[in-house]
Amino acid sequence: MELQTTIYLVVGLTFASYIGIAIWARAGSTSEFYVAGSNVNPVMNGMATAADWMSAASFISMAGLIAYMGYGGSLFLMGWTGGYVLLACLLAPYLRKFGKFTVPQFIGDRFYSKSASTIAVVCLLIASITYIIGQMTGVGVAFSRFLGVSNDTGIYIGMGIVFAYAVFGGMKGITYTQVAQYIVLITAYIVPAIFISLQLTGNPMPQLGLGADMADTSKSLLVTLNQVVQDLGFNEYTTSLPGSKLNMFVYTLSLMIGTAGLPHVIMRFFTVKSVADARSSAGWALVFIALLYTTAPAVAAMARMNLHTTINPTIITEPNSIFNADGSIVYQDRPDWMKRWEVTGLLTWQDKNDDGRIQYYNDKSSDPAFMQRAEGAGWKGNELSVNRDIIVMANPEIALLPNWVIALVAAGGLAAALSTAAGLLMAISSAISHDLVKNVFAPNISEKGELLTGKIAMALSIVLAGYLGLNPPGFAAGTVALAFGIAASSLFPAIMMGIFSKKMNKSGAMAGMVSGLSVTLFYVFAHKGIFFIQGTSYVDLIGGPNSFFGITPEAFGAIGAGVNFIVAFAVDKVTKAPPEHIQQMVENVRIPRGSGAVTGSHA
Amino acid sequence: MSDQHDSHAYWRATMGLLTKVLIIWALVSYGAGILFADMLNAVMVGGYPLGFWFAQQGAIYVFIALIFWYRKKMNEIDRKFDVHEE
Repeated sequence: MELQTTIYLVVGLTFASYIGIAIWARAGSTSEFYVAGSNVNPVMNGMATAADWMSAASFISMAGLIAYMGYGGSLFLMGWTGGYVLLACLLAPYLRKFGKFTVPQFIGDRFYSKSASTIAVVCLLIASITYIIGQMTGVGVAFSRFLGVSNDTGIYIGMGIVFAYAVFGGMKGITYTQVAQYIVLITAYIVPAIFISLQLTGNPMPQLGLGADMADTSKSLLVTLNQVVQDLGFNEYTTSLPGSKLNMFVYTLSLMIGTAGLPHVIMRFFTVKSVADARSSAGWALVFIALLYTTAPAVAAMARMNLHTTINPTIITEPNSIFNADGSIVYQDRPDWMKRWEVTGLLTWQDKNDDGRIQYYNDKSSDPAFMQRAEGAGWKGNELSVNRDIIVMANPEIALLPNWVIALVAAGGLAAALSTAAGLLMAISSAISHDLVKNVFAPNISEKGELLTGKIAMALSIVLAGYLGLNPPGFAAGTVALAFGIAASSLFPAIMMGIFSKKMNKSGAMAGMVSGLSVTLFYVFAHKGIFFIQGTSYVDLIGGPNSFFGITPEAFGAIGAGVNFIVAFAVDKVTKAPPEHIQQMVENVRIPRGSGAVTGSHA
Repeated sequence: MSDQHDSHAYWRATMGLLTKVLIIWALVSYGAGILFADMLNAVMVGGYPLGFWFAQQGAIYVFIALIFWYRKKMNEIDRKFDVHEE
């Protein structure tokens, strides 16, 4: 079958299944709309959480990032999984016991203040909306590359699909489509990885293949890769670290607490039946996430190896041959997958030394001996630029896998982007209909009225997300980091203190959230411009880039969280203790007994 | 929970467990995966330098084990202090 036909078929089948589930799982009450009636099986919820959590960035971009960063890329692997330990032990069970529909509602009730809840809504909206832009552009890219439609058409189709199950099904529809989407995306990720691991090492398990010997040799894959990249002037793969160890440490911490503080992830734990289920569900979520996250580093290293051996076919057997005139491939003879990706502009070649061959190496190497040899060989700089996002998408083509695998990867990328977009839309629309309309503007709204408001809010959020996807603001690239920074510096500390400090009062919590958020935004904006508007950065004002102990703005969330905690406890010390019934409520949240169905009533 | 004393003991037991969980959590990621990675890399496990293995594989496996261990221990504590769900 033609590749294009196969892709249409596979993607069409997966979409039909999402729509089918949507029709089956319509939401009839606010409880079904917000929390899927809180009777989702914990393993199912784990799967849905995994799909909710793993976005286009995890599916498409992460392995590519690791391929280029080597060991340094570990911060994504540890950061985006370690957060689940925090979620499982520190947040999810207690928030499930609290038994309300949304995260801002917990903050509002615990800190007995509508202002506190409104601050939480603002943090939630900024974090979720910035995050969703990336998903919509991801949908557009995947559609245009694989379905041959324009970027815009792709986004419209994506909006239509999400509309069908999110508006009518609410959390219930989203939960069960996410389960289906998880199955699609994990199959799409693992199948090509198995093939590639087999080809390179003879071991079908990528997790073991990464630590195995290269096929037909007795030298391990990682040792070989270390040599290959160093021969080309790059840093050793298993130790290379862009930035300092301190930055890696803080960055990892920021991703962990940011993960634990992201509302669209937290609210998935409101859908299970009990506190005990919330605990095990977090464990299952991590199992399902780990399937992808332990495969990704193998995909990364193997793709990096394949890329180098494609350009320099003899580099493993005769490292010195790369400096010979025929050490790298002739551009005219490049493989077909390179031609296909050149069309998208994600892969470009420029013949700097006019020899008709591709030189792909680190032209900013710190090794003078290497630079000398490169110059001696007549190299005039690196000639090939490869966009990181290609690594996963082109993987099956590089490994010459059958067409159905390529089609599967297309469906997987779309499933990853759509499932995360739906989860974010749920967080956004419930914050609007439940925490703003019901809590602040129209407390007497009926259940039916609130359900309708929720659906309208969802529809409007989809339109907004689609608009932002069609007209991505110039700052799209930096936004996901910002979402983590906000969740880490504002929401995570507030929820933690709400559970673990009985005496934390509303002034402390609000001051903490506002200062944590401000300090983080201040540092990020200093580097990237005020609200990411070009030309408004003021990095010199704070003493140059990364002036705070070499911490990059992406890694700053943990520092913001620290500020949040310090300010909150300082203000708490000098203001009035929370009322008795609030302290009683905290006592009550801490024990599992008495967990009932999740309701939305504003106490 | 009726007895104030029990409630304190329950929370102390919970905090004790959380402390253990968080120490292990930090040791495998920030310890083995970052701070001591260079040292551990001197040891090869199969084809993996050990520090690199922790950072890209091992820490994640330990995280999973930690959550299920926490769940088991926490359910035991709930029963011991009679605050488990019906």
